[in-house]
Amino acid sequence: MKRLLALVLLTAALSGCGYNDFKRLDEQSKAAWSEVLNQYQRRADLVPNIVASVKGEANFEQETLTKVIEARAKSTSIQITPEALNDPAAIARFQQAQGELSGALARLMAVSERYPTLQANQAFRDLRVTLEGTENRIAIARSRYIQTVQEYNVLAQSFPTNLTAQVFGFETKPGLPVPNEAQISQPPKVDFSVRGTGR
Amino acid sequence: MPLTLAVRSLVALVFVVALCFSAAAQALLPVPALSAHVIDQTATLESAQRDALEARLVELEQREGTQLVVLIVQSTAPEDIAAFANRVGSAWKIGRPEVGDGLIVVVAKGDRTMRIEVAKALEGAIPDLAAARIIDHAMAPRFREGDFAGGLNAAVDQLAARIAGEPLPEPSPTGVASDADPSDFGAALLFGVLAIGQLMGSLFGRRVGALLLGAGTGAVVWLIGAGWPITVAAAIAAALYVLLAAGRGAGAWSSGSQGSSRSNSDWHWSGGNSGGSGGGFSSGGGGSFGGGGASGRW
Repeated sequence: MKRLLALVLLTAALSGCGYNDFKRLDEQSKAAWSEVLNQYQRRADLVPNIVASVKGEANFEQETLTKVIEARAKSTSIQITPEALNDPAAIARFQQAQGELSGALARLMAVSERYPTLQANQAFRDLRVTLEGTENRIAIARSRYIQTVQEYNVLAQSFPTNLTAQVFGFETKPGLPVPNEAQISQPPKVDFSVRGTGR
Repeated sequence: MPLTLAVRSLVALVFVVALCFSAAAQALLPVPALSAHVIDQTATLESAQRDALEARLVELEQREGTQLVVLIVQSTAPEDIAAFANRVGSAWKIGRPEVGDGLIVVVAKGDRTMRIEVAKALEGAIPDLAAARIIDHAMAPRFREGDFAGGLNAAVDQLAARIAGEPLPEPSPTGVASDADPSDFGAALLFGVLAIGQLMGSLFGRRVGALLLGAGTGAVVWLIGAGWPITVAAAIAAALYVLLAAGRGAGAWSSGSQGSSRSNSDWHWSGGNSGGSGGGFSSGGGGSFGGGGASGRW
């Protein structure tokens, strides 16, 4: 009977100190990360279709196309399981690869504006809408992951739950770096002389 | 002298806080209150057009169960419309509790952009491509001519047709909003019994109090439509609580009355929710928005 009482008290104490909250947020962040991966995968699956429809266009810029294909190959070769999420270096590599694919796709879409037949092609327009939707889902999945990690980290660092975190070894999780931090911090270069030489 | 210093620092603090709040308000457009099916912040629609659209959306909700809300704002800056629409969707959570079928049509008049934001439950019925076609063919041409009501009506037509083709669960006969969460109700009832039990125990003595509270609890549980076994069990549990636990210690009274006022407000809240199908409109609370839908411009 005494042992039972002690058990009940211990359970109450643990949940009072946020142990259950840690577990809940931990699982939640893993699920949120799976959703991020899921949406990146969806984009990677879309790329071959986009490439195929663009290839149909005669004399399309080969360089842009090759960059997309290479970036996709690279991005699918780097995968992060939820367990490896505590390694900032792995996350940075992953983000780097995905960011390159984002950049290459954005460039492809910008270049495609110069080809009227491609713009009139219904299949290509549909792919464009699907890609936009996927990029939007990626952004939302990422921000949900960041939110969950933030909630977890606040719990791990604020009193008194930080004591629980120390006892059970719950470490703060690294967030998601912005993939193109260096690019964003530089002002955009506007160069009008390039215009018109593209064709 | 120290007093004036304190006053000064207090004033300074208030200013700083006010500054923080105003900066935050500037940063993002606040999510509008969910007051109706058609929320027009720009007074673009005439009141007759707005009422007609509202009536159609109410009818759609009664027929299919899906909650569709049209929101017209001036601008979504500094966010783009997709991020804003998702933030609104995450805040409103429109859609039935178990189904999650919510839809938001956002128009940013000043930005000349629009978006159909689709809850996850409806992404099968309205894939991104379908949403993009509705924007391109139904909304954009009419918006270009300034016919906002026409564009919105055409979009609602096509969205409703797509929803009708999807095998969603039937709407419940008493209306969508009546699905008050039973666990919420159970918690409110428990609070009520705990609080009122204290009061009953100290006012009438334990035995009479137990009898009264048992009968009262039984009546409430019976009224919300629970079966006989649950009714009887709840009544006995409430009576036992007063007999065994309540009325001990004089200090319990004040905390008890506080608890009872809180549970009263809980009651009103859940009562208002269950009667909501008549005049007011409230979110079903089930919609989960994961970025489905499409954006466009005119």
